[in-house]
Amino acid sequence: MSWHARSIAELVTALERREISSVELTGHFLERISALNGALNALITVTADRALGDAAVADRRRAAGERGPLLGIPLIHKDIFCTDGVRTSCGSRMLDNFIAPYDATVVARLKAAGAVMLGKANMDEFAMGSSNETSYYGPVRNPWDLGKVPGGSSGGSAAAVAARLAPFSTGTDTGGSIRQPAALSGVTGIKPTYGRVSRYGMIAFASSLDQAGVFARSAADAAAALGAIAGFDPRDSTSVDAPVPDYAATLDAPLTGVRIGLVQEFAEALEPRNAALIAGALDVFRSLGAETTTVSLPSLPLSVPTYYVVAPAECSSNLSRFDGVRFGYRCADPRDLRDLYERSRGEGFGAEVKRRIMTGTYVLSAGYFDAYYLKAQKVRQLIADEFCTAFQRVDLLIGPTTPTPAFGIGAKIDDPVTMYLNDIYTIGANLAGLPAISAPCGFVDGLPMGVQLIGPHFAEGRLLNAVHRYQLATDWHARTAPGYA
Amino acid sequence: MMKDWEVVIGLEIHAQLATRSKIFSGAATAYGAPPNTQACLVDLAYPGVLPVLNAEAVRMAVKFGLAIGAQIAERSIFARKNYFYPDLPKGYQISQYEQPIVGRGAIEIVLEDGTSKRIGITRAHLEEDAGKSLHEGLANATGIDLNRAGTPLLEIVSEPDMRSAKEAVAYMKKLHTLVRYLEICDGNMQEGSFRCDANVSVRPRGAQKFGTRAEIKNLNSFRFVEKAIQYEVARQIELIDSGGTVVQETRLYDSDRDETRSMRSKEEANDYRYFPDPDLLPLAVDRAFIESVRASLPELPDQKAARFVTDYQLSRYDAGVLSASRETGAYFEAVVAHAGAAHAKLAANWVMGELSSALNRENLEIDAARVGPQALGGLLERIVDGTISGKIAKEVFEAMWSEGRDADAIIAAKGLRQITDVGAIAKAIDEVIAANPKQLADYRAGKDKLFGFFVGQVMKATAGKANPAQLNDLLKAKLGGG
Repeated sequence: MSWHARSIAELVTALERREISSVELTGHFLERISALNGALNALITVTADRALGDAAVADRRRAAGERGPLLGIPLIHKDIFCTDGVRTSCGSRMLDNFIAPYDATVVARLKAAGAVMLGKANMDEFAMGSSNETSYYGPVRNPWDLGKVPGGSSGGSAAAVAARLAPFSTGTDTGGSIRQPAALSGVTGIKPTYGRVSRYGMIAFASSLDQAGVFARSAADAAAALGAIAGFDPRDSTSVDAPVPDYAATLDAPLTGVRIGLVQEFAEALEPRNAALIAGALDVFRSLGAETTTVSLPSLPLSVPTYYVVAPAECSSNLSRFDGVRFGYRCADPRDLRDLYERSRGEGFGAEVKRRIMTGTYVLSAGYFDAYYLKAQKVRQLIADEFCTAFQRVDLLIGPTTPTPAFGIGAKIDDPVTMYLNDIYTIGANLAGLPAISAPCGFVDGLPMGVQLIGPHFAEGRLLNAVHRYQLATDWHARTAPGYA
Repeated sequence: MMKDWEVVIGLEIHAQLATRSKIFSGAATAYGAPPNTQACLVDLAYPGVLPVLNAEAVRMAVKFGLAIGAQIAERSIFARKNYFYPDLPKGYQISQYEQPIVGRGAIEIVLEDGTSKRIGITRAHLEEDAGKSLHEGLANATGIDLNRAGTPLLEIVSEPDMRSAKEAVAYMKKLHTLVRYLEICDGNMQEGSFRCDANVSVRPRGAQKFGTRAEIKNLNSFRFVEKAIQYEVARQIELIDSGGTVVQETRLYDSDRDETRSMRSKEEANDYRYFPDPDLLPLAVDRAFIESVRASLPELPDQKAARFVTDYQLSRYDAGVLSASRETGAYFEAVVAHAGAAHAKLAANWVMGELSSALNRENLEIDAARVGPQALGGLLERIVDGTISGKIAKEVFEAMWSEGRDADAIIAAKGLRQITDVGAIAKAIDEVIAANPKQLADYRAGKDKLFGFFVGQVMKATAGKANPAQLNDLLKAKLGGG
């Protein structure tokens, strides 16, 4: 079996047995990137020399007796994570020239674990988008159909794993930016509980919603990756000081008696083929001993409008630091301070980012604050409370990840509201800070679809366990896009 | 016709908290470093960085709140105040807005006529300072120094309780004393560690409604506060008297011209789009923490002043002056310890008089006085035991100050010991009377004022060493014709 088709655990075993070195493994993936990325545009930056150097270090560490579930395993970071000495563009012209002077905590932890960064993944500009089309570096193409989007904003990270350019990748999820591209690209993606993974060094979009997570080919691989990045970080005041369980240790736990609730509001008006896939997934869970039921979260349909007040509000403030003064894009020959601001931001940001900055500025303005921002915060609380109530009845919630499979590049980019509705099933978990995972569950029109599981706070272990058992019983996750096997 | 106007003043004071590091980063806060050498990635607002609250700044804010008898909020919120300016790297300032850590409190100020007045404090909140724009020495360019960016500030907002520039200054001085007592602010006004914005309005005396106010920004000395308010009050009254109306605006005080000038009107003011900072959780301080801070409070200025009145029978005014700083209070009490509590008033006079003017003359802090409290106590002992007179003591003090020797050494070396020998004083009096027959005749004819002339002549003859009380008695007897 080719190296890129193996699980992380299999690769670690091969490394331990000296069947392959990390340098060779890294070289293998770099070759795939060099052969395939041209068509996919999944990576913005490839750090080949650095990767081979880091792999050699990992080999020496292993030779010295060190062991570890990621030691010597290659990965790709979403270009939203600051990487010391490497361009960190956030998919924007604004940061096209920005070489980060430090490592994000996620990056530092994976480095410490011995994982080897191959490069930086393409993404929607400042993580604002659901199709990866807002990137300054051009759209990422879906390995299942190069005419289709891979989803977004972490489109490059999802497509890279789908195309087997790396065993795993990092992503961020503010309203579905891990789960939605995972679904559309046919890979497994987990968004942990808000506060589970440090946001330090992750360029902020909407601070109260942003959460880092991972893409992998399976829940078992995702468990290894998440274990390395999770945990308290004193540099992020919103990170939670709670112990990180051994996610790998609970993967195999039986699902007997686990209560799984289908979210009624998700099931309603679901496209029949999508509904059939979710029903199929429920059958599998029942066959594994889970008890299924239906749960209503009446305020959940308000997620999208709520999100599109809260997220733009926070982003309008978060993106103020990009002013052409200290780093990033600066317009040519500014006449005065105002001109410097207006043209640096006007030329440095793309259309979707500007749209959200303007929306956010509006909803925070005097006279509109109460009607928009404050009201959205109340609805957000209401949604969170309803999830909380639901988790008194069930252990996990289930539903689709997206309404449709991957759509054509260019099909929705001029219609922001239609684009925003792509995240209709994913946003709720962000508003409530809950962990959620998307896993492949079948195909519609030959394109992969995802089933989403949402858990109570800090139930990452249970989510990974449920999906792992599901993946032992099914092979949707093992299907590879034609030409990428 | 001059109407009777009432002045209404409220102050917003920014006290820079004396923490070693910044409020949301680990960078140092020391003053005067080369530009941008004390600004880390957080202060520079690099992509991806996050604020982490400095616990020491919280402790200092709580300390202040307890000292003014305010309610400490067990939960307070940091908000973002959004505006663009090059010295504000994030494009927003983190500041407590709707829920500050320190609620309503008050302090007492003592006015010149000895009466006291209570000034309400609406709130005090934590926030970060901005950097500085530099224009000097840069042609066609502006330099940005972010060393100050992120320095912790406590903004102390008063009620509009002050009715004159003098009251405003008294309030500001009282807070200045308090923050230094609490060791939460170095109080250095030249360096901007303690500065104030003044909200000033006028209204016809007896009116219920406040007049429209102007806010005068960034006053960094007591004198500027007083002069800026005086100018602004006169400007507003003149404006109204000439048929105009005061507009709500922000004004700057130009100390060179002694005038305030409009900076921006209310209409031009930014919409700051405040909202809770999602990078910082609500700040929670529990009862136990508050109590531990309370237990660490030093004796406060008012408590010390009250104790000085009780223990040393000082006037309220003297007690206020001597408790104006911890150092002054400590110096005074060390002198008293040496000279004895019975002579506290004498000690107070010397500390507020000779010592204070010597310090002022050389622009020294009391800690750096060339005559320490033990030495001054030694000098006062010689006054008390009659070795020297108060007048001679001043000469001895000056010698102590410049020579660094103690009182006894100087008295001995200069032969300044007081003459208490009745015979010697009487002899000197006789000589003076003999030499001034005309003055004697005039005195005896009823010109009592000439008594002072004779005292002066005898003192001159004895080089000031005659015991004043003895001299008085003897002179009176002899001039009376005895």
